[in-house]
Amino acid sequence: MSLVLTLVGLLLVTFVIGRVMPIDPVLKVVGERATQAQYDAAYQAMGLDKPLWQQFLRYMAEVLRGDFGRSISTGHPVAQDLKRAFPATLELAALGTLIGVCVGVPLGVIAAARRGGWVDQIARVVALVGYSMPIFWLGLMGLLLFYGILGWVGGPGRQGIIYDGMVPMVTGLVLVDSLIAGDWGAFRDAFSHIVLPASLLGYFSLAYISRMTRSFMLEQLSAEYIITARVKGLSERRVIWGHAFRNILVPLITVIALSFGSLLEGSVLTEIVFSWPGIGQYITKTLLAGDMNAVLGGTVVVGACFVALNIFSDILYRLLDPRAK
Amino acid sequence: MQNRFSLRTLLLASAVSLAVPASAAWAETPADTLVIAHQIDDIISLDPGQSFEFSGQDVVNNLYDQLVDLDPLDVTAGVKPSLAESWEVSEDGKTITLTMREGVKFHSGNPVRAEDAAWSLQRAVKLNKSPAFILNQFGFTPENVDEMVSFEGNKLTLKLDQPYAQSFVLNCLASEVGSVIDKETVMAHVEGDDFGNTWLSTNDAGAGAFTLAAWRPNEVVQLAANPDYWQGAPAIKRVIVRHVQESSAQRLLLEQGDIDVARNLTPTDVDGVSGNDKLKVMDDLRGRILYMGLGQQDPLLSKPEMIEAMKYLIDYAGMESSFLKGQWKVHQNFLPEGYLGASDENPWTHDIEKARAILTDAGITSGTVKTIVRDIREYVDAAQTLQAAMAQVGLTLEIQQMTGAQVLDAYRARQVPIFIGEWGPDYADPNTNASTFAYNPNNAADAGLSQLAWRNSWAVPEEMNQATVAATLEGDTDKRVQMYLDIQSQYREIAPIIPMFQKIEQVAMQQNVQNWTSGGSVSSVVYRQVTKE
Repeated sequence: MSLVLTLVGLLLVTFVIGRVMPIDPVLKVVGERATQAQYDAAYQAMGLDKPLWQQFLRYMAEVLRGDFGRSISTGHPVAQDLKRAFPATLELAALGTLIGVCVGVPLGVIAAARRGGWVDQIARVVALVGYSMPIFWLGLMGLLLFYGILGWVGGPGRQGIIYDGMVPMVTGLVLVDSLIAGDWGAFRDAFSHIVLPASLLGYFSLAYISRMTRSFMLEQLSAEYIITARVKGLSERRVIWGHAFRNILVPLITVIALSFGSLLEGSVLTEIVFSWPGIGQYITKTLLAGDMNAVLGGTVVVGACFVALNIFSDILYRLLDPRAK
Repeated sequence: MQNRFSLRTLLLASAVSLAVPASAAWAETPADTLVIAHQIDDIISLDPGQSFEFSGQDVVNNLYDQLVDLDPLDVTAGVKPSLAESWEVSEDGKTITLTMREGVKFHSGNPVRAEDAAWSLQRAVKLNKSPAFILNQFGFTPENVDEMVSFEGNKLTLKLDQPYAQSFVLNCLASEVGSVIDKETVMAHVEGDDFGNTWLSTNDAGAGAFTLAAWRPNEVVQLAANPDYWQGAPAIKRVIVRHVQESSAQRLLLEQGDIDVARNLTPTDVDGVSGNDKLKVMDDLRGRILYMGLGQQDPLLSKPEMIEAMKYLIDYAGMESSFLKGQWKVHQNFLPEGYLGASDENPWTHDIEKARAILTDAGITSGTVKTIVRDIREYVDAAQTLQAAMAQVGLTLEIQQMTGAQVLDAYRARQVPIFIGEWGPDYADPNTNASTFAYNPNNAADAGLSQLAWRNSWAVPEEMNQATVAATLEGDTDKRVQMYLDIQSQYREIAPIIPMFQKIEQVAMQQNVQNWTSGGSVSSVVYRQVTKE
């Protein structure tokens, strides 16, 4: 129930913002040269002459049918655009989060265990740079070095030109689809294109994850049961990984889920630098064009993901937290 | 331990093997494929009756042929026969009869008939989207177009409401809205009364040199050569236009050989690639005019002396050589170079003293005006340059930045005191800009017109309005040219809308790309004559 309310609330807020924004969506449809008559016709066709609440109810009914209307900046149904854009972002964010978790969690744990040691110092610098460096600049520098000079990775875009559109779409995730098709060349190509932007996002997410892991661990390590465990003569390794780490798993999952969610919506600049045809780029472009159907559709999808991630981490909580059993 | 080590080595080795051969594979694009990086996020529709954006027209121009066409290697030479192989104008100048070329086929295999041509023009008028006005100029309306545009056998007949200049009519027919569409194919996809617009927005039904292989908005447009094209199959078999937003990313792709052509490089990146001997940069003079409009509702800006002084406050040469470097050239007339009747007179220079003298004589020594500019670097820089110059004569310029959609909104509502922006011609005839800059039949606030003169609340003198209309009716092309020169001469004297620069498109490409054209000042890009050697 609360889930439904959350989504309705999200729809309502984005809808209202969309309608009160000082941008005229009709102009995008009719263009600069249109006469008043053409303008009025488009205004009516878009249903903008109806009262706001009627527009909203109509919109709700359509969304329930999975119909987000037609985007005025692409000419396609929004649902169809999202079906293309969302997997691109999902793939990028998932790989980014994976990198963030695989590096960030161990880094945070070790930093806490050897507090003040050299690993801790490195982790601190890594996180600081991650927080403060503009992603736009870092992306361009990465492209220049690894693509332009060294030639280790693919350039901007999701796939090389030769492979573009060659692998049939099944899941929309190019890495997965190329494996399904058994096209090793296409997989390599897609991997070489995703590795740099995903590492970049992974870096930003690991900066966050490692800091949080470290502070969770420090809290645990100063708890009484750890002292007891040490007094009992358990090895340091068992104390850290067996006892303390197990206890931070639950809050850590929330951190990772949140980090994943923020990559889903926050990778806009990365997507622009790497010409990545994902949802961040889609929402930004359509927003600037005043294309409200597309913005609302994109926002709803990202919002629904956040809700889903929350539910998912709640379920994991139950499964992992012994007190909930 | 031994195991772990070898696992790590394996991982590392596979990571390296993944990366290295993959990068070697992109050394260059296939010889029969032309790969272009371009900002194509403005495309809304590929329907010739609707498409009116720069990138959309680029696509339409290659999918469809029109009745008459421009030579891609010499776009300013004027129209030549295309799907119509000849035409005749009646004695009274009000009827044009075009004879269709025999044996041409649409991409579907259907023959191109006079019936298709007539239906295409009728459809564009009835569909009544943005570009319809180009055809409506000849007196066509959704109600009368079935009667005005007709066909018999292989002849297409256009009845005009006035004896318009033949060059005017043909130039308009050469534009994308005049594309000949495959009637049978589109009729099979009509939904309600949309004339097939929904379907045609994302599909092609043309007879042009290329067919549409794929269009993914904000991502890519892929074209495939039409092997049966009536002018011969293009040398390039596949054209891929990929959306790359960033200039620096386009430059990297070009330097790495992943693309053949980069169309949106900033002056800095053009400088960067011009030292590379594998690449070349071509300057193509386009039709876009960067101008400044002085809204005549503002009490200060409506003073004739103020209008005159502003023309001397603009630092044309300074802007051209600094932030507009290589991408705009000084041009102080509303007809772009390359157009029939264009003028190359650029009388104004940056002269603060002269401006001060004009203002002092008129008793203007202080005042504040506002400008609303779009958040584009060039516009903001131009506004700031003007702000500094105005300050020197005691005037204050307040600069407010907004997004494109917001500025356009305010401009259409006549609420922008000083407007800085671009105007692109809509078709290859001088009337396109004359009717925009120098024509305003009704200056009333509720007239709701789209002319720039109206948007700046400028009541164009009646003689100039009449001269603009008369120039569309002049059959003698030399006389027609002189009429446009005269209008522009008077325009320079009095108009509060000041043309400043003309666009130069700097296209960077691999050395082996030959015969590229972005369309010059009058047209869109054409790929069929491009080769890679």
